[in-house]
Amino acid sequence: MSSREKILAAVKANQPDSTALPDLSVFETTEQGSLQKFAEVLGTIGGKIAYVSGYNEIAGIINSQYGIGVKIVSPLKEFKELITDNLDDLLSIHDLHDVDVAILKAHFGVAENGAVWITENEMAHRVLPFVTQHLAIVIDAATIVSTMHQAYDRISSAIYGFGTFIAGPSKTADIEQSLVIGAHGPRSMTVFVLNANSGTAK
Amino acid sequence: MTVGLFIPCYVDQFYPGAAIATLQLLEKLGVDVVYPQNQTCCGQPMANSGFEHLTKGCNELFIENFADFDYIVAPSGSCVLHVRDHLHDDKNPEAAKNISHKIYELTSFLTDVLKVKSLDAKFPHKVGMHQSCHGQRGLHISSMTELVAPEFSKPGSLLQMVSDIELVHLGRKDECCGFGGTFCVTEEAVSVKMGKDRVEDHLEHGAEYITGVDMSCLMHMEGILKRQGSKVKVIHIAEILNGIG
Amino acid sequence: MEQTTKDHAELAQEFNRDEDRVDWHDETLWFIRAKRDKAAHNIPEWETLREAASQIKNNVLSNLHNYLQQFEKNAIANGVEVHWAADAAEHNQIVHRLINEANVVRMVKSKSMLTEECGLNEYLAKNGIEVIDSDLGERIVQLAEEPPSHIVLPCIHKKKEEIGEIFHQHLGIEAGISDPQFLTETARQHLREVFLTRKVALTGVNFAIAETGEFVVCTNEGNADMGAHLAEVHIASMGIEKLLPERKHLGVFLRLLTRSATGQPITTYSSHFKKPREGKKIHIIIVDNGRTVQLGRKDFRNSLKCIRCAACMNTCPVYRRSGGHSYHTAVAGPIGSILAPNLDMEKYVDLPFASTLCGSCSNVCPVKIDIHDQLYKWRQVLVKAGYAPAAKKAGMQAMTWTLSSPGLYHMAGKAGRWVLKHAPFAVNNKLNPWFKQREMPTPPEQSFGEWYKQNGKKK
Repeated sequence: MSSREKILAAVKANQPDSTALPDLSVFETTEQGSLQKFAEVLGTIGGKIAYVSGYNEIAGIINSQYGIGVKIVSPLKEFKELITDNLDDLLSIHDLHDVDVAILKAHFGVAENGAVWITENEMAHRVLPFVTQHLAIVIDAATIVSTMHQAYDRISSAIYGFGTFIAGPSKTADIEQSLVIGAHGPRSMTVFVLNANSGTAK
Repeated sequence: MTVGLFIPCYVDQFYPGAAIATLQLLEKLGVDVVYPQNQTCCGQPMANSGFEHLTKGCNELFIENFADFDYIVAPSGSCVLHVRDHLHDDKNPEAAKNISHKIYELTSFLTDVLKVKSLDAKFPHKVGMHQSCHGQRGLHISSMTELVAPEFSKPGSLLQMVSDIELVHLGRKDECCGFGGTFCVTEEAVSVKMGKDRVEDHLEHGAEYITGVDMSCLMHMEGILKRQGSKVKVIHIAEILNGIG
Repeated sequence: MEQTTKDHAELAQEFNRDEDRVDWHDETLWFIRAKRDKAAHNIPEWETLREAASQIKNNVLSNLHNYLQQFEKNAIANGVEVHWAADAAEHNQIVHRLINEANVVRMVKSKSMLTEECGLNEYLAKNGIEVIDSDLGERIVQLAEEPPSHIVLPCIHKKKEEIGEIFHQHLGIEAGISDPQFLTETARQHLREVFLTRKVALTGVNFAIAETGEFVVCTNEGNADMGAHLAEVHIASMGIEKLLPERKHLGVFLRLLTRSATGQPITTYSSHFKKPREGKKIHIIIVDNGRTVQLGRKDFRNSLKCIRCAACMNTCPVYRRSGGHSYHTAVAGPIGSILAPNLDMEKYVDLPFASTLCGSCSNVCPVKIDIHDQLYKWRQVLVKAGYAPAAKKAGMQAMTWTLSSPGLYHMAGKAGRWVLKHAPFAVNNKLNPWFKQREMPTPPEQSFGEWYKQNGKKK
């Protein structure tokens, strides 16, 4: 009998009588995700926010913030002029080790925890949002949802090889509970919000 | 209605004042109280130490003494919780179940059954209210800081009816004192450290008296206070509510 | 480092020799409990969430046979390889084999309490495999050659000066540095090199989704992702109980997990791994190691609902004042005390007694495990199984005998009061553990029973 068979047999023999799953509709809300709340929470978790009218404005901010001599990459064609290295020319993902700024687009933000949801297709390479020293994320204000329940409604049965919620820059408080921003992942994270002033955002 | 007075063994032996106050308070409030003199102990010390299987004798004695009252009232949260949750008798399961439904910790009895709205009592002192765990989390006689739920306190609401009393604010409102039954000697170091920290919280906030619904917690803190040479005293809530000035 | 003969009481006593340090440890963890409270109170539906999580996990445990197979089927369809390990030894052997198959002798690992439970690092070291723990706290205790003391904050028992000294010894920084920012930066540089060069990465699993075959790994540091996305082979170790039925259930659990653990709304990264990268591998190892036995224990199976948040440890007044190492087991504190006896009753007999049964743990548990009730029940089981020390048994018998008889009880009480009054030295001495740091109660003239006989109502 293989371990698989042993384990499954033991589980079958020992598991209790079936109980039902709860009804999660109690957590449904029609409340649209508040941009204000998203920004507030993002601030408390060490993230930065900027409201922009378009990609050119983002490029301008990044230029002035990081100056010259930094390695900037992005799979977004809108940043063709801004990037210093083309991701299409990448020979090995290990060559991303010295990326200073990566600019990626996320699907949506979550107001209750300041997180953004991004899947493999938007990352170019899975390691990019983690290995970069500074992470810039672009989202549309209208895509902000209220809670994680709405987030999973939004994700639904989407097919992805990898996806992640990113809430601010990497951090740790392992040393005497002192919060340090910039553990192994990015040292900073900025969310650029498009269409913040359109009617749909709050 | 007749109330059977249940006095925890160590209150009977070492803190009769709390028992007398309980009796007098109930009588003052018009209750017909009887103290069955053959009672001993609820069995909690054995049960909590893993020897629940030895509590048959205590259970039978308890049922014998208390089965016929309308209510059973005790100046203790932990003993009442133990009886409510663990009293059983294979020979007399109904009697045991009945008792579980009619046994009350003193302050709950006052608020829930007697629905006391005022007390003729005065206690012009600064008092720290210790939340004894079993009464609080087990019997739910007051809200708990861990839960997202409305705040309330049965003993607290009764203390508010006492004139001139000043309840001090505490840093940790409902942390355990560390008595824990035989824990107080089997894990002496941690038990005492917990008690010292509780006492320190009360002292820091200016308490002259520490009160609560369980004499066991108070006995443990008193032991520490006396060893420290402190002037702060412990007093069971029954004595405050009964009007000892 | 294993403490084989000392029990919790002895280890806790040693821990309490340095009172200032105990205060520091206690206050640090209480601060985290307070942050948890703040986060919970910010969610009006918090208690409803806990109830939902509890019911979801009840459903999981009661349908585990189906969910495990569903998960495996879907994971395999995603291109993931699934392995089953009946016990710790088999788990370790599988990991070893996978490392050998990758033709390497080094591995980077992110936090997995399951691998602590299995003693993976020690096993691999004995077999010539170098393992580097990438979580900052875990790396620190690894360099210090100690086990982690807390499942979420591995080196919460270490002061920053001590960490600075460890880094001075092992990572080449100057002596005397204690700035957390500098120390974290040091670890960042040191571990970055590890991430970029290791071909095999091992992670834990926070949640495994039966519906889709994906699994979720939550970190603040990003270390699990750095390791996994740069490696050729990603090994993910999980206990059988880590399952959730559907993706949408993550909505409930990701709202509860980190708020319960540290008071943050969510970890920085909640990474959903579904398929391996093109040409690379993901292996999942599903581990039993005593869990199916616990599943069969009616009174204790709810302990398997645990999502390893450590809220129970942070709130436990005993844990805060004794430290994780006093529990001499991988997962310490209240949850550890109801999990460990299932693995070895004799070795862990002391743990369910290392508690006052205050009940705070059960209140903070996001999945509503009745921890303090289970502690009580384990005490009954352990004593009945014969693991109570003889002296305690004798003492309990004597107590039972005395308390079952009114006559004997009255006599014993009177005698006790007499001794305290007239021969206090018989009780107030070194043999009496109570007396070590507390005064005994003052014996009254009469017991209440005696007073009542004279003054009480005559029936």
